[in-house]
Amino acid sequence: MELTNREFWTLVHGLILGSAFLLAFAGGLAGLYSLRPEYVTTAGMAERVRRLKIGTSAMAIAAWATVITGTWIVYPWYRETSPTSAKSILLSDPDTADWHEFGMEWKEHIAWIAPMLATAAAFLVVYYGAGLARNERLRKIVLVLFVAAFATAAIAGILGALITKAAAVK
Amino acid sequence: MVDTPTTAPVSERPSGPAAAAILAVGIGALVLGFLTTLNEASTGVHDFLQLNDRVGPLSGKTIFAVIAYVVSWAALGTAWKDKEKDLGLVIKVGLVLLALGLLGTFPTFFLAFAPE
Repeated sequence: MELTNREFWTLVHGLILGSAFLLAFAGGLAGLYSLRPEYVTTAGMAERVRRLKIGTSAMAIAAWATVITGTWIVYPWYRETSPTSAKSILLSDPDTADWHEFGMEWKEHIAWIAPMLATAAAFLVVYYGAGLARNERLRKIVLVLFVAAFATAAIAGILGALITKAAAVK
Repeated sequence: MVDTPTTAPVSERPSGPAAAAILAVGIGALVLGFLTTLNEASTGVHDFLQLNDRVGPLSGKTIFAVIAYVVSWAALGTAWKDKEKDLGLVIKVGLVLLALGLLGTFPTFFLAFAPE
């Protein structure tokens, strides 16, 4: 049982970094939603904010690592001109061509918006820290950025999984 | 002893840096959408954006979008470091820029600009 180099990087891009992103999102969302003075004690606030800073920063790093490995390592294999590349296989059949012409075309672009949104959310958490608990508007802005980062990454991730199911990078 | 909810004040920081971070996302997304559409409409732009042959024009689109994001964030962040900004307005402008960026990266939209 072994993985080829291409399978390894596809795994890193889609599963390992994707899972890290999802995990950081779930923790961050719960932490941000409940970051209110009436819910958290003084000691709890410091610990909560520290955890949020780590979680949101990890999510931003995972998002950047996902798009960089995807674009610069996996994508060149996907779009090779050889008849056995994933792109060639998809385009060779009218029934699967849309997976490239719509799915991959959307995925490869929208994915890059996720790390920008995640980085902005992480910056606001790091910069304002516990101040977010008392500033309801700012906390909601961070939540919007955070959820938008997840939504754009989810579109890219779901399309990536479906495209791989139709024609995997090998 | 039961902990009481926190009421200790912490120093309030200006809203300028938040405004800069939010607008930079909109600018980065807008540049990505604009270049994605322009790439379909012009073969000259397509060739220009192909910074790396293996990655294709996606290399130029994403590199220039990230540069726009980072540079605009740095510039706005420096200019608004100690300033108060109307976050309501910034959010509205940021969302419009983001929506335009998302539109520009949507295949049904940008492929409409491809030559027949």
